[in-house]
Amino acid sequence: MIEVNKKIGKIKFGILSPKMIKKMAVAKIVTPDTHDTDGYPIKGGLMDPRMGVIDPGLRCRTCKSKMGDCPGHFGYIELARPVIHVGYAKYIHNILQATCSECSRVLLPQQKIDEYKKRLDNVLGGEIEFESIVKDVFKEAKKASTCPHCGAKQHKIKFEKPTTYIEGTQRLMPTDIRDRLEKIPDDDAYIFGLKPETARPEWMVLTVLPVPPVTTRPSITLETGERSEDDLTHKLVDIIRLNQRLKENIEAGAPHLIIEDQWELVQYHVTTYLDNSTTGIPVARHRSGRPLKTLKQRLKGKEGRFRNSLAGKRVDFSARTVISPDPNISIDEVGIPLEIAKEMTIPERATSINLEKLKKLVLRGDEYPGANYIIRPDGKRKKITEDNAKELAEELTVGYKVERHLVDGDIVLFNRQPSLHRMSIMAHRARVMPGRTFRLNLAVCTPYNADFDGDEMNLHVPQTEEARTEARILMQVQTQIRSPRFAGPIIGAIHDHITGLYFLTNSKFTRKEAEDILAMAGYTEEFPFNKDEIDGKELFSVFVPDNINIKFKSRDGNDVIIKDGKLVKGVIDDRAVGAMGGILLEEVLRRGGTNAARDFLNGITKLSVAYLDSKGFTTGLDDEDLPESVRKEIGEVLLKSEKKVKELVKKYKEGNLKPSKGKSVKDTLEELIMLELNKSRNAAGEIAEKYLKKDNFALTMAKTGARGSLLNITQMSACIGQQAVRGKRILRGYRGRTLPHFKKGDLGAKSRGFVKDSYKEGMDPIEFFFHAMGGRESLTDTAMRTPKSGYLQRRLINALQDILVDYSETVRDGRDVIIQYKYGEDGIDPSKSDRGTIDLERIVSDVQEGAKR
Amino acid sequence: MSKINEILKQKNEELPLSIVKRLDKMYEDGKIKNKYLEAVVDAVIDAYGKAKIEPGEGVGVIAAQSIGEPGTQMMMRTKHYAGTAMDVTRGLPRLIEIFDARKIPKTPMMTIYLKKEYNTLEKAEKLAHAIRETRIRNVMKTTRLNFLKFEVEVEIDNNELKKRGVTLSKLEKTMKEKYGDAIRFEKNLLIVKSKKKSAAALQKLKREVQDMNVSGVKGISYVVVQKEGNDYVLYTKGSNLKGVTQVKEIDFHRTKTNDILEIEKVLGIEAARNALVYETLITLKEAGLTVDPRHITLVADTMTADGVVKAIGRHGVSGDKASVLARASFEETVKHLLKAGAYGEVERLKGVVENIIVGQVIALGTGVPELILKPDLFKEKKK
Repeated sequence: MIEVNKKIGKIKFGILSPKMIKKMAVAKIVTPDTHDTDGYPIKGGLMDPRMGVIDPGLRCRTCKSKMGDCPGHFGYIELARPVIHVGYAKYIHNILQATCSECSRVLLPQQKIDEYKKRLDNVLGGEIEFESIVKDVFKEAKKASTCPHCGAKQHKIKFEKPTTYIEGTQRLMPTDIRDRLEKIPDDDAYIFGLKPETARPEWMVLTVLPVPPVTTRPSITLETGERSEDDLTHKLVDIIRLNQRLKENIEAGAPHLIIEDQWELVQYHVTTYLDNSTTGIPVARHRSGRPLKTLKQRLKGKEGRFRNSLAGKRVDFSARTVISPDPNISIDEVGIPLEIAKEMTIPERATSINLEKLKKLVLRGDEYPGANYIIRPDGKRKKITEDNAKELAEELTVGYKVERHLVDGDIVLFNRQPSLHRMSIMAHRARVMPGRTFRLNLAVCTPYNADFDGDEMNLHVPQTEEARTEARILMQVQTQIRSPRFAGPIIGAIHDHITGLYFLTNSKFTRKEAEDILAMAGYTEEFPFNKDEIDGKELFSVFVPDNINIKFKSRDGNDVIIKDGKLVKGVIDDRAVGAMGGILLEEVLRRGGTNAARDFLNGITKLSVAYLDSKGFTTGLDDEDLPESVRKEIGEVLLKSEKKVKELVKKYKEGNLKPSKGKSVKDTLEELIMLELNKSRNAAGEIAEKYLKKDNFALTMAKTGARGSLLNITQMSACIGQQAVRGKRILRGYRGRTLPHFKKGDLGAKSRGFVKDSYKEGMDPIEFFFHAMGGRESLTDTAMRTPKSGYLQRRLINALQDILVDYSETVRDGRDVIIQYKYGEDGIDPSKSDRGTIDLERIVSDVQEGAKR
Repeated sequence: MSKINEILKQKNEELPLSIVKRLDKMYEDGKIKNKYLEAVVDAVIDAYGKAKIEPGEGVGVIAAQSIGEPGTQMMMRTKHYAGTAMDVTRGLPRLIEIFDARKIPKTPMMTIYLKKEYNTLEKAEKLAHAIRETRIRNVMKTTRLNFLKFEVEVEIDNNELKKRGVTLSKLEKTMKEKYGDAIRFEKNLLIVKSKKKSAAALQKLKREVQDMNVSGVKGISYVVVQKEGNDYVLYTKGSNLKGVTQVKEIDFHRTKTNDILEIEKVLGIEAARNALVYETLITLKEAGLTVDPRHITLVADTMTADGVVKAIGRHGVSGDKASVLARASFEETVKHLLKAGAYGEVERLKGVVENIIVGQVIALGTGVPELILKPDLFKEKKK
């Protein structure tokens, strides 16, 4: 069987002509009512059954298909008098101004018309260029005071938003406009940008209104049995009703004034039907006072049809729940709750090889691991129940498909929003387990930017063999270790992993301890050492591949040397294996490939956790304890600094302060004070650091890069420091002072937001207030930044999404225009490179050293 | 031809110029021993082959993500520039400004280097005075309007004039050039006679006179001299690249401005592209973020591919797309659809969103290759 997929080649846009509207309609709609007293839809009403089905069980009168299969069919309303299409009102005005009021020719000499025509034909694509030519046409033709073709004098046509045109003093009615537009020759219309075969100018004035199928405006039946119609239906009812009245009035020969009033009303309703946000007319409202959601509102914006239903679609076989950590699963696995695994299925085609297996699954049915549906070769789905399981298992032969439960090892996609980069969606291997949360390894928190304070994540199950293969080869976690952004590893050890490894590679163990740790770390081979005291470095080396030779500096500035996979010198910290640029991890990835890097990460993180489990690790208030003497010392430093600030202020007030280059005296003072206070805070921090014990946990974390910084410790134990608003010391508040506790004009440290205390000691009320000011600024800053950067990202993606490297290795955009002759000028993929290039030094030394051996 | 190129030619292989150059350098420096040279080149060819970008890779999206993702971590504040008192837009607002291709940046700024012979503190400071723009409004005390004689009377502040290094006679000369005999001086009073005898014209004249440029380069409101290495560098608030070309003391080759559109106007599109790359790079670097330069060059190349600087957004790259659906799904949905109807546009479904909208495979990555199966051929073989 050859399945042929039809492909949409192109879509042509145009304006519907009245003829076309009638031709594609299945019903003429004349009655403003929708249902009769018995609740049946009225023929010729807005819910005419010929326009499609929205009740389950019924069949469409036109195409005879069931609900869901019938796409719906259009109807039409014959308007008693033409009305302007609001969307084209401005454009119609342009055309009217650019054409003769008598002969409807363009107000340009023939030679000019031909010229413009040529220019339009030669546009190489590019919407902006095309439009600018059309704009030129309108601009130039508007200027003419007499028609170059018939010599008639031209009047200015005023446009009153949204749909009124006035020529001189005379109002132009849509009928007049339509007449004029009709007379415009095709060739003239062409230079307005119109394609006459699909868009004649007069079609912008509606004489017939298409009625969208009922499927686009389904009515809802409330529990009370009351029927509630869609906004569009409401609007169409208004249009029909007023159109009817207009028609009757015309036929009855009502006075001109009344007809015009009615006409205007029809125009209003058609306008709001198309766009309920037109400026200059009142918004059409529902009985409850809620503005109606009409055609434009349906399409527009984030919640509109385009962005919400077309460019983004809801999918089946997806799940979402809270995430929680699991250090015992591999980085490329994800723990899936059993309940989800039973719901998320994979269609597996029965072959001679797996037939028996699938039969068993079908027999088990709902009982995990079982199956939910079988699909017969004709595409019919059958739910497996307890009653029919046996039957279906018998029936199952080659060619059938079975939708079986998700089992361990299946490839699934895992995602956390906001999906800012491609590492936000990665492929994992399923691990079905009890519980109600998704479980993930801590090393992948970084790429997802996830934590466990209630984050939720999404899971998708690819349904075809191709999709699964692509996911496995291109999207698996280990293939994403190196970020294309900076061409270095983004996945790596975090937090406790790093402190653990730091301690581990710094200590020695007895044989028993070493055995325990290795066993806990999941090491299954024979114990590799035959001695009684084992160095932590040796334990670490167990997980380093043998072909690793590297020398680099750890965070403390000392050398780390790894020779043939053995850590000979140095300690392991953030630099070596941390997320966002672990050097050792990168080397393993480079030498051993993606799977080796994954195994390495799994090994060392488990090792680290095993070590911490046996030795313990915690941080708390006592980590910030300082002896009284040290606190005093810090106090003195700060006091001295405050004095210095006072001196500076004094000097400034006496006018003895010399301004530094390009600055006012005041700015200079501020700068000097900031400098001084920062210095003293740092000094306080240094004093504190000196007295904190070597085994201080907080300090260890900061020094190894696991979490926190020295500044954090300084602020907790010694001095919080200067608070700033808008990058300056705190200035605002009362006239001449920040708070009424200070004298006017006090420029001292405390009055301008310097916080002397530490977090542990606590702040006094004044300090607390200033601290809150600074804190609020950073909160508002984040709150404003998030949407701004989100929009930037959206614009960037939209502008660049069609750009790809094509088969000629050039970079091209969606128009096939060459953007770069070679990607990045060297054709290197950053996610496969060494920091954006090829590490030649390493290759050279590899070749030369390798030859020596 | 370099040694490396020779070997490559022999092997009929190619390597990017940057790599060949680096290899050459290493070879010349003796880091590669002669007997290993060929083996090294082989290894490099192999490594390059592995590191090469694959056809079909959606590099645009990767670039957009690589710049957009760190945007979430950037700060909003403006920063002081290199120890001078000038505020320069940095961080996310600057990044947005660059990609918006704004007509005038929020804080236009120039970095001016001097020619060797003028590279002294004294001359630099003198020049700083000279290029700083002085308008009448900067050196006047008050302005009065004489409605009887229809004259504008400007009282000149001599102190300020001196400070800015402008002489009264020079002021007179520049004024004469513009107004001819309509002006006269009465001591410190500059009097300009209006041609039209109406109050409105007089008001207009007043504004015109106050905005008259007396000395300096137009648009440069402030100049600071800084020493940087061996150079004295002038940092200016306000930018006027064209105006500064007329100043003979400056080294134009090293002079920079952060106004990208001005660079485009004065130096052309290639220079604008480089400026885009440079400005983006330093903005990201100052925020402490590392982004591979190829992503930035790709964005810059996209913005300049048509010969003019186009913004990232609806008025630039996105608004100029050929695809109706792509434009409609970005912004101003209905406007684009209506236009497409009138202009009879044809959607060719080449891009990403378009195909997502109609539910087809996108032409990126594994969606690029197409397999065509001719059923008849298939049948014949069977027979």
